[in-house]
Amino acid sequence: MSESSNEPLKSVVLNDEHVKAGGRMVPFSGYSLPVQYPTGIITEHKWTREHAGLFDVSHMGPSFVVIEGTPATPEAGHEAVAALLEPLVVGDIRNLKPGQLRYTLLLNHEGGTRDDLMIGRSPLFGGSLYVIVNAGTKDLDWAHIEAHLGGKAKLTRADDGALLALQGPEAVAVLDAILPGVANLSFMHYGPFDWNGTKLIVSRSGYTGEDGFEILCARDHAATLWNAILADQRVKPIGLGARDSLRLEAGLPLYGHDLDDTVSPIEAGLNFAVSKRRREAADFPGASRILSELAGNMSRVRVGLFVEGAPAREGATIVDETGTGIGRVTSGGFAPSLSRAIALGFVDPRHAAPGTRLKVAVRDRLQPAEVTTLPFVPHRYVRKAAS
Amino acid sequence: MTTKYTEDHEYIRVDGTAGVVGITNYAQDQLGDIVFVELPTPGQKLKKGDEAAVVESVKAASEIYSPVSGTVTEVNLGLQAEPGLINTAPDAAGWIYKITLDDVAELDTLLDDAAYAKHTA
Repeated sequence: MSESSNEPLKSVVLNDEHVKAGGRMVPFSGYSLPVQYPTGIITEHKWTREHAGLFDVSHMGPSFVVIEGTPATPEAGHEAVAALLEPLVVGDIRNLKPGQLRYTLLLNHEGGTRDDLMIGRSPLFGGSLYVIVNAGTKDLDWAHIEAHLGGKAKLTRADDGALLALQGPEAVAVLDAILPGVANLSFMHYGPFDWNGTKLIVSRSGYTGEDGFEILCARDHAATLWNAILADQRVKPIGLGARDSLRLEAGLPLYGHDLDDTVSPIEAGLNFAVSKRRREAADFPGASRILSELAGNMSRVRVGLFVEGAPAREGATIVDETGTGIGRVTSGGFAPSLSRAIALGFVDPRHAAPGTRLKVAVRDRLQPAEVTTLPFVPHRYVRKAAS
Repeated sequence: MTTKYTEDHEYIRVDGTAGVVGITNYAQDQLGDIVFVELPTPGQKLKKGDEAAVVESVKAASEIYSPVSGTVTEVNLGLQAEPGLINTAPDAAGWIYKITLDDVAELDTLLDDAAYAKHTA
């Protein structure tokens, strides 16, 4: 998952904190980031599933898209800004409620995926969207979005501060002690919280399958916030290694691996992201391909695999029981919560039913694998807040 | 009994023509949690530099190259149930395979303690 390029590596705001904590810094998406801390990936992974893990995801691309001028009503403002973004994505942005966040996909004209992202409707101002894109694609995404705003809205990138993720069953108790009220956020909702003289944007969301939060924080307050959260004994810092094993167990795709500009949302098994209203209107990029795939015309589909023996890594060939190649692993590794190898890959839909026995080629040897339902480890999102 | 090292961080502990091969503490620390080990087969003949085993961490697979030529006499089956022994005791319970050396003179091409310490400094 480390990626090389000739560009000089950028540092995150919290770089010194990671080094102090013994983080092993590696290049990832153009940034130097901790892949693990001294306790190691398995301990970090299990700690997150049992307690609360704090991740620095400041390499990602938070941004705001705000309508120009003063809308007549908040609803009109939202409709106007949603109308600017919707032609680029497959999700229903117009019907977002104030403070609601949605996972969606930025598509190309062929229905392939430029990126997967989150779009939220401001809880405060009608006409402002919170848009969080991936690190590796953020410059391209923002240029693409900006080009379609036609001067009617302004995109402001907000990746000069820190974006933290606090994930795990104890995350809510930890964060609510620091930011009273966050426990009232429902899954996939967000809002502003005043803290220590600054404003934080907190969403109940994440990339581990656990309950948790993502927190956008201004640069000057980042280290104080990081240390305030870590001061709670229930929290440990977690590196990118465990972030990857957690999301893999949660069955969540990783852009550049399980998603790319050839993969459609339907092939990726993200049908839920193609909202009913948009299907009926068929008004998103690549609609003809995607609607045809929804009707069953597919050549490949993403599946989860339990792999026997050594982990099958990205690129491993998947074969059927007769030895015929039918697909490829796009993410694979060891699942610390299951103590076995798991993988995500794309196969011919005729071999995609859970329980199908397949094989994967690892170092020129065929190992047994079985298609399983996703996620590998059940999600534990908190869809209804306590109060 | 002497211990020699490769630049790729394998060690071999030798007594006469009998050697025990594993990876160094430095290597296990760099790899992180080991989750799977592919072992050679007893009786297998290896040339110096041949791929002898594969050690998988959570993130990646790493080949283990034989520091010397010879015949594998025993493999550490304990690693199948507990690959993490390589992390906790790389030079003891986490050994990978035993080998009868073809040519002890090959040891002269490997790093000694001081040279390996310098290599990993």
